[in-house]
Amino acid sequence: MTAPQSPALELRNLSKTYRRRESGGFFPRYGDHLAVKSVSLTLPQNAILGLVGESGSGKTTTGMMALRLVEPSAGQIFVDGTDITHLDHAGLKPFRRKMQVVFQDSYSALDPMMTLAQIVAEPLHIHRLGSAAEQTEQALAMLDRVGLGRSYASRYPHELSGGQRQRVAIARALILRPQVLVADEPTSALDVSVKAQIINLLLDLQAEMGLSILFISHDLSVVRSLTDRVAVMFNGRIVEQAATETIFTDARHPYTQSLLDAIPVLNPRLRRARSFQSRDALEATTPRIAGAGPTPALFALSPDHQVEAMA
Amino acid sequence: MPLLQIENLNVSFPQHEGVVQAVRGICLSVEQGESVGIVGESGSGKSVTCMAALRLLREPPAQITADRLDLGGVDMLRANRRSLAAARGKLAAMVFQDPMTAFDPVFNIGHQIIETIQAHRPLSKADARREAASLLARVEITAPEAILNSYPHQLSGGMLQRAMIAMALSCRPQLLFADEPTTALDVTIQAQILQLIKALQAEFGMALVMVTHDLGVVAETVDRVVVMYGGKVMETAAVEQIFDAPAHPYTQALMASMPGRTPGKQRLVEIPGASPNPATPPGGCPFHPRCSVAMPRCATEMPPETALGRSHTAACWRLQ
Repeated sequence: MTAPQSPALELRNLSKTYRRRESGGFFPRYGDHLAVKSVSLTLPQNAILGLVGESGSGKTTTGMMALRLVEPSAGQIFVDGTDITHLDHAGLKPFRRKMQVVFQDSYSALDPMMTLAQIVAEPLHIHRLGSAAEQTEQALAMLDRVGLGRSYASRYPHELSGGQRQRVAIARALILRPQVLVADEPTSALDVSVKAQIINLLLDLQAEMGLSILFISHDLSVVRSLTDRVAVMFNGRIVEQAATETIFTDARHPYTQSLLDAIPVLNPRLRRARSFQSRDALEATTPRIAGAGPTPALFALSPDHQVEAMA
Repeated sequence: MPLLQIENLNVSFPQHEGVVQAVRGICLSVEQGESVGIVGESGSGKSVTCMAALRLLREPPAQITADRLDLGGVDMLRANRRSLAAARGKLAAMVFQDPMTAFDPVFNIGHQIIETIQAHRPLSKADARREAASLLARVEITAPEAILNSYPHQLSGGMLQRAMIAMALSCRPQLLFADEPTTALDVTIQAQILQLIKALQAEFGMALVMVTHDLGVVAETVDRVVVMYGGKVMETAAVEQIFDAPAHPYTQALMASMPGRTPGKQRLVEIPGASPNPATPPGGCPFHPRCSVAMPRCATEMPPETALGRSHTAACWRLQ
């Protein structure tokens, strides 16, 4: 049906506008807040794309729009070459199987009333895949695969540590063998010693299942170890995009540079006085665009490296 | 004499399932003007140690015992309410992780800082307000008067954290506890807040105890590091020693598992298992179930601290 070379996920000029109260009182005035402005992203098959930015930059909204968990105000979403932007509930269902999500807070993402086996088998149940016995068997195998073991099957989420719960969330997301996984800060709530375990698990599963991952994070160290490409968001749009190492060695946009400068250096002898880009200077070069204003163009420095033109 | 001296501190919380032993016999001392980092994961007891040092834990349920708990010459274990209140703020102040919940949402920032100043210093309200404004200017807030009149929900996390630091500094403390002061903030703001804390520490000649789970924060801010795990101290060393030659297997594993140390997409060195449950800590060394070089003895006996060099100690049977 689709050409094999079509990317796993493609976003074209995706925007999201929220209505926001601008003045209070008995007769509030509402205005438009452009959370995401004309974002275009390509997630190739079998790759991990990092989406980084500060809180409020629109990275989570972009991820949720890609899954159609948040409806975009404008733009198009392609999964495996098919436009899913306007599909209705029934039309979307086969695509839900191809795209799954893992959230930051595993505690609120898992139903406290269900056992782990039920949680992991639920997607199979929803999509009516196999008999009940087959569903349970697959769920047990998946629990095994994410390193929890079958003995965990009848436990409940509250009995687990944060790292173990995140493993369950990953098992549930991957049991349908999706092509696309949106991982929204899956490691930020975890302890340092457990973070590496989850990163390794994602790397292994990605290679094993030929998965494509949109990895949303503000932790640049994790992004460096995990991703092939990085897109940097600021004020609702992508300001720079390149191969991961290019971002770390040859960042051009002032916001990307300030993000990199802010990473603590893991060597006390290299402590330095930092000079910070003032917020006002950053806002001046990359202002948030209100309403229907034009989006600044992205310049291609090389076929692989795009950066937003600066005012 | 050290500014803060803690010997054999134990903190426990009786609960339904049993007694949660958050801190189990730790020793810690902080000299005047020194900056010490306490590194540990959730449940390691690092925050509880600081709270106990200031007697900020509600007792009961908390039960605190120690051979010594001395802050600037005040015996914090036996001090009465009045001398505790005098010691807090003046001798030592604290900056908490989440500035959103540390401020009272129904009073404006000015009210809360002025209240703190007046509780400790004999100033009129107008003078206290002037002092508050100058403190806010000192933490690089550009429009102090506007911030004084703002409520917490109107400010960003970084702004609130600056206001909280201003409040902590209002009585010129000799020691500042910063409990994960940047964990709730964006990376770029984190770097600015850390730099601000370091600059203020130098300017005021304060000692600093920086509590964090992030080795990067430690590398950037402190002179000496205390590594905690399962309510116990695993290793203590100068910050350079910790990064050049970590001696304890836990510290080594923690260093090795840090992402982003070398370029390129790659698997990381992982520490198997999870942190111990403080209600049922393992016997012996708390790290032994996850340790790659554990011996039978590790499961039964806690190793003593071994001196490895000037100001470098680690508790591990492998180092005996």
